[in-house]
Amino acid sequence: MSANSIETGAGGGLVKWIDSRLPIFSYMQKEYGEYPAPRNFNYWWNFGALAMFLLVTMIVTGLWLAMQYTPHVDLAFASVQRIMRDVNSGWFIRLVHVNGASFFFIVVYIHLFRGMYYGSFKAPRELLWMLGVVILLLMMATSFMGYVLPWGQLSFWGATVITNLFSAIPLVGDAVVTWLWGGFTVANPTLNRFYALHFLLPFLIVGVVGLHVVALHVTGSNNPLGIEPKSKQDTVPFHPYYTIKDSFGLGVFLVIFAIVVFFAPDFFSEPENYERADFLKTPEEIVPEWYFLPFFAILRAVPAIWFIEAKLAGVIAMFASIFVLFVLPWLDTAKVRSGKFRPIFRWFFWIFIANVLVLGYVGGKPPNETVFEGIESFDFLALGRITTAWYFIHFLVVLPLLGRFERPLPLPESISAAVLGTQKGGGPVGSGAAAKPMEKA
Amino acid sequence: MLGRLGIGFVGVAALVALPLVAATASEDGKPRKPTEQEWSFDGIFGKFDRAELQRGFNVFNRVCASCHSLEFLAYRHLIGIGLSAEEIKAIAAENDVVDGPDEFGDSFERPARPSDPYFQPFDNEQQARAANGGAFPPDLTLITKIRSGPDYVYALLTGYGEELPESLEPSPGTEYNPYFKSWTIAMPEPLFDDAVEYADGTAATAEQMSRDVSAFLAWAAEPELERRKQTGFVVVIFLIILAGLLYASKRKMWADLH
Repeated sequence: MSANSIETGAGGGLVKWIDSRLPIFSYMQKEYGEYPAPRNFNYWWNFGALAMFLLVTMIVTGLWLAMQYTPHVDLAFASVQRIMRDVNSGWFIRLVHVNGASFFFIVVYIHLFRGMYYGSFKAPRELLWMLGVVILLLMMATSFMGYVLPWGQLSFWGATVITNLFSAIPLVGDAVVTWLWGGFTVANPTLNRFYALHFLLPFLIVGVVGLHVVALHVTGSNNPLGIEPKSKQDTVPFHPYYTIKDSFGLGVFLVIFAIVVFFAPDFFSEPENYERADFLKTPEEIVPEWYFLPFFAILRAVPAIWFIEAKLAGVIAMFASIFVLFVLPWLDTAKVRSGKFRPIFRWFFWIFIANVLVLGYVGGKPPNETVFEGIESFDFLALGRITTAWYFIHFLVVLPLLGRFERPLPLPESISAAVLGTQKGGGPVGSGAAAKPMEKA
Repeated sequence: MLGRLGIGFVGVAALVALPLVAATASEDGKPRKPTEQEWSFDGIFGKFDRAELQRGFNVFNRVCASCHSLEFLAYRHLIGIGLSAEEIKAIAAENDVVDGPDEFGDSFERPARPSDPYFQPFDNEQQARAANGGAFPPDLTLITKIRSGPDYVYALLTGYGEELPESLEPSPGTEYNPYFKSWTIAMPEPLFDDAVEYADGTAATAEQMSRDVSAFLAWAAEPELERRKQTGFVVVIFLIILAGLLYASKRKMWADLH
């Protein structure tokens, strides 16, 4: 719908009548039709739209599951099996929801790393970034509680271990845990409140996503060059250029998603959770869902420090690993946004990614197992400590130092100049990556 | 803290240790890995072999069901292994269930109907343990999910008869089975040649029965598998075409910008 059609298009009378009283049409037109987006997004910019798609998918499938699920310790496990066996298309809805959670995290992690690489968190987009971190925290809480609902062995023991972390809080810890459980162990009251909260939190996420988008549309989108659009030539209207590009990205995503849902639905899950929760039978290993593994590794890595016992220190480190993201805009002081023009940062970025992946691997391994055959003393605990240390060093030491000492490459004059290869006025386009024409994006 | 918890867990696990576990031992500390078998329902185009499932059900119904339950299975579900409504009715009617109350408020017994859940050998865990020397035969509806596929069931059923290694102490009331997690299992070897008679004339060797019942249990765990794979094939083809069309549209729309 173009700006004109609001006034004159088919059904224009009614649309105009509504719009002059409640401007939803002109709002949509402005924010999703004309919204000037930099013309040089690459495909890493698809992941915001994908996250939005998954959020809606999770809410819709979740709603239908909620119609069939029974939040009671004696009935929950059986009700999930009933969904898989007797509810029409229940298996499909549930497998989309279960795997959707994993894909949601994949997409959001990529979205977040993209923001890190291209400096999307830098001024004036600090609040936009921080809202994103809030969304991540809410997603973690939501998925943790959702994982408890099927009431399998790992649902129960995962809930026990994670809620027990709060007992590390000095003085009031045990009282807090009892309060969270609604009793003296993870039991029916716990399941009930987790169900209620698992239903509620996604709508809070929708709210914060709304703010995230508002903040985005105030500052405008960052782009792979990390320079602000200067003229009309630097941007294109969001619709149709990015609606079609996002649609294509979604198409590719759906192919991969469908392959997992239909042909490898247990790819991300632990087989042990097909066993009903039994509080007398402790699993040999309690592993969280894969998307928590890096944080789980950090939790286990930290030893007792001075007067802080190891449990509390681990919990502090784990929460710090997420909260450090809130202050990232002030830790990374480089003026240049995009990693394209930061030759040293680029290396450290990929080292950081590799480090997070290793952390995730460590999180899934027993701490006292040796990493390499034959090197007895080097176990996963040691590797976890090194990678945990590097995680924080990257944020607290490397980024501030790079901001001071790194010499960035020269920036192109404008987005359109870099994309179209035309250079108005003098000045080199810049060397290295900047001189290459942008990929057809 | 997790270290402490971990120790706690091991402690609890050892205390509670499955009643099936009578002796613990250590070679490398792990049970033998089941060898990979070929199943008709493997792969993208995998389909259940109805005849195999029916033979497997026969084995389960005649042998396994005397100790093991299939909690999430109802007789009516057997339509999925290709039995007719009449056959299912007859199978259900072999067992009585308690129903009620009647008009006098009393419970009464009647033959099971297709809508009833599949027969359970014991009323509760205590009764099951009392009848099995303290061991609890687990429910098998999801066993092939819990053990990542039917290979484990097949390996376990055919894994009896090896000599007990010297490192293990013999314990009364158990047998050695290298595929079981503690190597000694309270379940005696359950299948012998001709324990059941197959309606389709297949020779009922112990190996054949093990294979058939493993396939049946894979179906019982994931009755939607066949439908899922068939639907998935169509969906993925559709999505690939859709993505291709979207790519073409995107190219066309962006053409004037480059």
